[in-house]
Amino acid sequence: MDQAEHLTLYQQMVVIRRLEEKSAELYQQGKIGGFLHLYIGQEATGVGAVAARSPHDNVITAYRDHGIAVACGMEPKVILAEMLGKVTGCCKGKGGSMHLADKRLNFWGGHAIVGAHIPLATGLALANKFRGEDSVTLCFFGDGATNIGYFHEGLNLAAVWDLPIVFICENNQYGMGTSIERASAVPEMRQKAEAYGMPSARVDGMELLAVHEAAAAAIAHARAGQGPYFLEALTYRYRGHSMGDPERYRKQEEVRRWQSDDPIGKFEAVLLKRGISPDDLNAIEAQAEATIADAVRFAEESPFPPPEELWRDVYAEPEAEPQPA
Amino acid sequence: MPEMTLIEAVRQAMDEELARDDRVFVTGEDVGRRGGVFRATLGLFEKYGPGRIIDSPLAELSIVGIGVGAALYGLRPICEIQFADFIHPAFNQIVNEAAKMYYRSNGEWLVPLVIRAPYGGGISGGLYHSQSVEAFFAHVPGLKVVIPSNPRDAKGLLKSAVRDPNPVVFFEPKKGYRLIKGEVPEGEYTVPIGPANVSRPGRDLSVFAYGMMHYYCLKAAGTLAGEGIDVEVVDLRTLYPVDKAAILESVRKTGKALVVYEDNLTMGYGAEVAAILADEAFTSLDAPVKRLAAPDVPAVPFSHPFQEWFMPNPDKIAAAMRELAAY
Repeated sequence: MDQAEHLTLYQQMVVIRRLEEKSAELYQQGKIGGFLHLYIGQEATGVGAVAARSPHDNVITAYRDHGIAVACGMEPKVILAEMLGKVTGCCKGKGGSMHLADKRLNFWGGHAIVGAHIPLATGLALANKFRGEDSVTLCFFGDGATNIGYFHEGLNLAAVWDLPIVFICENNQYGMGTSIERASAVPEMRQKAEAYGMPSARVDGMELLAVHEAAAAAIAHARAGQGPYFLEALTYRYRGHSMGDPERYRKQEEVRRWQSDDPIGKFEAVLLKRGISPDDLNAIEAQAEATIADAVRFAEESPFPPPEELWRDVYAEPEAEPQPA
Repeated sequence: MPEMTLIEAVRQAMDEELARDDRVFVTGEDVGRRGGVFRATLGLFEKYGPGRIIDSPLAELSIVGIGVGAALYGLRPICEIQFADFIHPAFNQIVNEAAKMYYRSNGEWLVPLVIRAPYGGGISGGLYHSQSVEAFFAHVPGLKVVIPSNPRDAKGLLKSAVRDPNPVVFFEPKKGYRLIKGEVPEGEYTVPIGPANVSRPGRDLSVFAYGMMHYYCLKAAGTLAGEGIDVEVVDLRTLYPVDKAAILESVRKTGKALVVYEDNLTMGYGAEVAAILADEAFTSLDAPVKRLAAPDVPAVPFSHPFQEWFMPNPDKIAAAMRELAAY
């Protein structure tokens, strides 16, 4: 990666952080309803891994999807509009925070049922192989999803059919409020991939370049027809599971310890060491602030969907032929 | 027109669609080398190869899950669930993923998926190889639920299902696989998903059924014809979306309605038909809407007498018809 690419990834992480801080404010103001799961602290895993994909590679993730949506190229204004339930959102307000998606970006969405998207991802990879394409599917999920059946069936099928897929476990140490040692029989999630004969790696998810490098190797493995790969990124979410989380299950000193390992701060240090000027970083910061301010304005000024949208898109008309991505 | 069994019609539909569209593939437990537990896919593995007739592990949620994923990407999967009783692990993939994908993506993501499953009792399959599960799925907007009752419809409806851009749950009456024979048109044809079919016009009462029970209803109606009672039999064929117009039209003519299904009585498909009639044909009714269905016990018990008590059959249906005609 050259310096310009480094700066792009830095900018993505900053945009995600500002976007989510703002969305938390909007949630507290009652402008975003329902559930809001923030990615803050995990930015390096999504940004680092997605940066290693080719544009024709598929990305699919769970409900903590804002960061990965940005990394895939979704505009913050479309994301915020969706969070506010506006017709200008990526799902015209039908999806909300957990269901961001855009087929044009080969971003196959956030999915709200834990682990249920893993077989879907396996199906995307099967379709790529079926059609003789060299696309790879990047399937993100949390540590909590490795304890559910979907995960095990999905991994087994991907391995037995040699599918071009990279399973990326964002291990943030907690499935909602339950720590991994209380929920998982093995301490490292990648041990579960070993059961399916799948090669794996474990990487520091707070280090952007380390994630990028590991993801690039995993994607190359899958693209070369060597079958699936399992990448575990050790990371941490600084905020609660969702906005309504009292966080009684962890100590503040643990959170502070991980905050001192902040992925954005660490990458900033790397960039400064490599000769990027503080002014350049400040300019990116200012630009991110402006982008988010514009996005908030756009989302707030956008209309809600009209009532007839309720009945739209229940069934496709038979003449609508599905188009390959 | 050649005569064939229902299972042969199902196989021919898949064969023709596989030949017509190279995006179509079949997956499921033992659908490949073994040709399917009921032989629905017999010969297809040899003809289309392991890349398109894909043996899956015993893993229903994955069979449907990879089907949804591949359908999103533009393929046309036919996923076989070996018995409808085994579909429950995939419930989430069908109800939460397949059914909602088009809606949640505002019409961007199509799921042109067919899920085939043999259903129903009468084959001594016992509790876990006899279930009728259509009511669970007929409750879900975004899904289409189809149950054919004869070879012609089985072939034509399955071909429509493969071509439909929406997820279609296609239940096949397994007791009728070889028992039900009928003429099937030569050459290319489809039967549209949606419309019901008046399979036997009549004046005295309307009977609504689908699948195996439709076959029995025709038999019972034949018996009653000899007694001077003229029964109209309506084959619902597509359970969801509901062909309300056909239901209403028939009852507006006859004034009496009986719904026959082999699922448990309560909260079953007949409840919806009765509700439609109460709501929109109240003034046309000359008798209470009647339902003949299986008793509300947890499953089809194994032993032969149990099964006989559980299942509606032509005699029980004929008795219900007589009673309603006399009202």
